[in-house]
Amino acid sequence: MQKRVIELWVGAFVLAGVAALGVLAFKVGNLSGADVKDGFKVTAHFHNIGGLTVKAPVSMAGVRVGRVSNIFIDRDDYTAVVEMTLDPKYDNLPTDTSASILTQGLLGAQYVGLEPGGEDRYLKDGDRLDITQSALVLEQLIGQLLFSKAGGEDK
Amino acid sequence: MDWVRQLGRWALENMQRWGRSGLFLLSTLAASVLVLRRFELVVQQVFAVGVLTLIIILVSGLFVGMVLGLQGYYTLVDFGAESSLGLVVALSLTRELGPVLTALLFAGRAGSALTAEIGLMKATDQLAAMEMMAVDPVRRVIAPRFLAGFVSMPLLAALFTAVGVWGGNLVGVGLLGVDSGVYWSAMRDGVDVYEDVLNGVIKSLVFGFMVTWIAVFEGYDAVPTSEGVSRATTRTVVNASLVVLALDFILTSLMFE
Repeated sequence: MQKRVIELWVGAFVLAGVAALGVLAFKVGNLSGADVKDGFKVTAHFHNIGGLTVKAPVSMAGVRVGRVSNIFIDRDDYTAVVEMTLDPKYDNLPTDTSASILTQGLLGAQYVGLEPGGEDRYLKDGDRLDITQSALVLEQLIGQLLFSKAGGEDK
Repeated sequence: MDWVRQLGRWALENMQRWGRSGLFLLSTLAASVLVLRRFELVVQQVFAVGVLTLIIILVSGLFVGMVLGLQGYYTLVDFGAESSLGLVVALSLTRELGPVLTALLFAGRAGSALTAEIGLMKATDQLAAMEMMAVDPVRRVIAPRFLAGFVSMPLLAALFTAVGVWGGNLVGVGLLGVDSGVYWSAMRDGVDVYEDVLNGVIKSLVFGFMVTWIAVFEGYDAVPTSEGVSRATTRTVVNASLVVLALDFILTSLMFE
């Protein structure tokens, strides 16, 4: 009898532990398919990506449609190439869709925002987005502001 | 001249202890493979080591999560970033606090009990009696306890983390008014299963291995007197805690670049 109780407790303990691991993996982590693994890839070239990182969200109209899967420098024109993996169910994005790097909130993480264009043909795997807008870099903005101010006083 | 000799003796004794603990680990590992055939011994020890530690782990995890929720909220709200509360709580628990605090509590609750039990068996000649009956005490006594500790630690750490995340949710969402959906979605956006959760599990496996090894070795190597057993028990808790904290630094610097 005593032995059965012990075995029961141990079984419950192991089950609870494994369940906790499952909660950590699925509820706390993002193993539950929110990650787009087998989506299609498109690239976009930016002059400056600011603080964008791999795995940053790609969203359209505020809805997440994919993730940034790779970031590297183009060997020919030294621009930053951002490779995005998009959810295959959004396969009707026009080819002149534009991409811009935006910031969530005032100090939040950066993400790629897509803005659909008006073309009839749709984006497919390996396509490149031609219309891009780089991240706003605070120092450059301040520099431009000071420059235009100084220019204005001269006149 | 005399203190040089004493230093030398101290060094030699310590080296011998290191060597003994290494050989002891090898024979324990060899016996652990064999003891899998007598699984009920391991099950009994999982009850003593794991199930009886459950209460302190769950209660501590809950309070640690709740404190994290409070402190995180008060700091984040200054920056208007209280939406990241779930992420802060989950990351600190999965990466650091879950494995480390569980290992420290485990050393205090289960490790000390293991050392005291084995040390007392040695002091009352039970281990010697087993050898007289041609029963290998490493296989019969040490290996099941070692295996049980090694198995229990990651399960306890996972429970600690899960309860902690829930505790943070309790305070952050229930008490301080962070939106429930924001709490969970910030967490899922920021916590990576392999980077954070899996590395936490690896940490807890390493800690479980080290703490249980230290505990069973100190018990087996204890001076067979009541004073010796009490010293060994103290050494288990002190050494295991130090090893856990030092290893945590090394593992963190290797895992998260």
